[in-house]
Amino acid sequence: MCGIAGLIHRGKSSDVGSEMTAMLQSLKHRGPDSTGFALYGNPTEGQYIMRFKVAEQEDMKRGFDIHQAVIDRKAKVDSRLEEMGVKVVKKEQATEYSHRYIFSFDGDMRRLADFVEDVEGAEILSIGKGLELIKDLGEATVVSEQYSLSGFQGTHAIGHTRMATESDVDIRSAHPYWAYPFNDVSVVHNGQLTNYWTFRREMERRGHRFMSDCDSELIAVYIADRMEAGDDLESAMKRSVDELDGVFTYLVATSDALGMAKDVMAAKPMVLYESDEFVGLASEEVAIRSIFPNEIKTWDPYEGEVRVWQA
Amino acid sequence: MASVEHKSHDMGLHAEQLSGRTQQRFFDASEDENFTYPWAHEVDFDKKAEFDAADMESTDINLKIRELLQSGHGDITIKNPRAKHGVGVGILNRAKITYDGSLGYFGCGLIDGPNVHITGRVGWSCAENMMAGTVVIEGNGGSTFGAAIRGGDLVCKGDVGSRTGIDQKGGTIIVGGRTGAFSGFMMQRGRMVICGDAGKNLGDSMYDGTIYVGGEVTDLGVDCVPGDLTELDVKWLSHKLGMYGVSPSCGIENMKKFVAGKQLWNYDNLEPSEKKLVL
Repeated sequence: MCGIAGLIHRGKSSDVGSEMTAMLQSLKHRGPDSTGFALYGNPTEGQYIMRFKVAEQEDMKRGFDIHQAVIDRKAKVDSRLEEMGVKVVKKEQATEYSHRYIFSFDGDMRRLADFVEDVEGAEILSIGKGLELIKDLGEATVVSEQYSLSGFQGTHAIGHTRMATESDVDIRSAHPYWAYPFNDVSVVHNGQLTNYWTFRREMERRGHRFMSDCDSELIAVYIADRMEAGDDLESAMKRSVDELDGVFTYLVATSDALGMAKDVMAAKPMVLYESDEFVGLASEEVAIRSIFPNEIKTWDPYEGEVRVWQA
Repeated sequence: MASVEHKSHDMGLHAEQLSGRTQQRFFDASEDENFTYPWAHEVDFDKKAEFDAADMESTDINLKIRELLQSGHGDITIKNPRAKHGVGVGILNRAKITYDGSLGYFGCGLIDGPNVHITGRVGWSCAENMMAGTVVIEGNGGSTFGAAIRGGDLVCKGDVGSRTGIDQKGGTIIVGGRTGAFSGFMMQRGRMVICGDAGKNLGDSMYDGTIYVGGEVTDLGVDCVPGDLTELDVKWLSHKLGMYGVSPSCGIENMKKFVAGKQLWNYDNLEPSEKKLVL
């Protein structure tokens, strides 16, 4: 059992950081292990935002050398970025082990990602023009405060509260997943995939990288694979409903769209509210009520349903 | 009690024959004490109470309802339940209860007796294991709507999710709109009325009971077969749907009826202890 939530403002920006925090906090009971946000801000032309970490939160509690190690790892990432010709405009440190860089780059993004992640302990959480992916252990308000998400202006967002069932309680197994190497594509998932290993082996043969053993990562990789093959988001999602086995409801966000898909058994919950200005989705109505205290018309999408909304 | 039985026989409600030793002994309509709980409170239906649940936890809401029942209030209104989970569960008392808003998961589960009205929507497993009373929802409902209900009327005027009436053991489920896949899955008794469309695998592996559908059926599940809509069915449907103000767009006389094919039946009347001796 995990909690997922998504929202999209059509044609305007809003404080999606606070809104998603409120939604995820109300889903806390669905998963206390970790919380993740994929927030889509207003992009700046020619600039990318990269969120990355150089250690797990748990690592910071162990070993005598870890505090120096994270400094060394970050320095190594910096040197590799420079080597690849990346022009870093701004550097911010969210926690001792996680960073936010704004940079410009016109080379091969996959090669850049691979080169950075080759540094010991380094994992890119997201690269995008609008996407900022934040995930850490703890409940929504704790993570939101830690990473100063309140006041984040953007058009849409997805989020996740995790109850770990398939893999460890750590940041790399927390959602959302970035659909490496696609800019601005992220995924959150509630459910279990039963053909995970079959598909993972196939995806790995095609050169995709997996950072965790969490079955949810497969959805992000699957979407990336299909988009690489030329599918648009909706087609890729519809195909996933046929090909991925198990029970699942997942949300995908791109730079200008938000999508949802539900398995053919409709075994995982999703409540949907849709108006001309706003679309809100969550595992439970109580999350939508956190930003809409008054009555609104909501409903459950049906089995095998795939929907995509544009910002 | 005799007059109640007489009316229900007239309406064809006793067309199904109970089978199995345990079921026959489970309930005896001639015993008055079966209709009320010894700890149920005497309430006055003209004694009204109202409270705002916006800032209350589910447990506190439920305790407040019980306190009001204990003090004899028979007409209770709960404002702003805000889709909290487990609200209004386990009420074993006659009373009129109105939720002015939406309920979350397991709303009104395990109730026996109250007449509940919900002005918003309900989440998953609304009225699960309900035993008697009525629950009327003005908005939409989530999945597993009315799972394993044993009696009473459960009415949703909007659309509901998947697996409606899964394991239904009695009572009536009425949906004004459409329902999702696997509705009536492993249904054992009772009636389900879907005024709109029904999703795939309707009535899959149903043991018994009846499903009426006004709209399109995507496909039927294993051992669910079309039945003949009789005059008694139309009479019963007109009565029930009229009570709650819902109706299929095709007209009641054009509704489709589905029953169990009973090809999957593999019953015996032996108690588990007796079975051991036989085996």
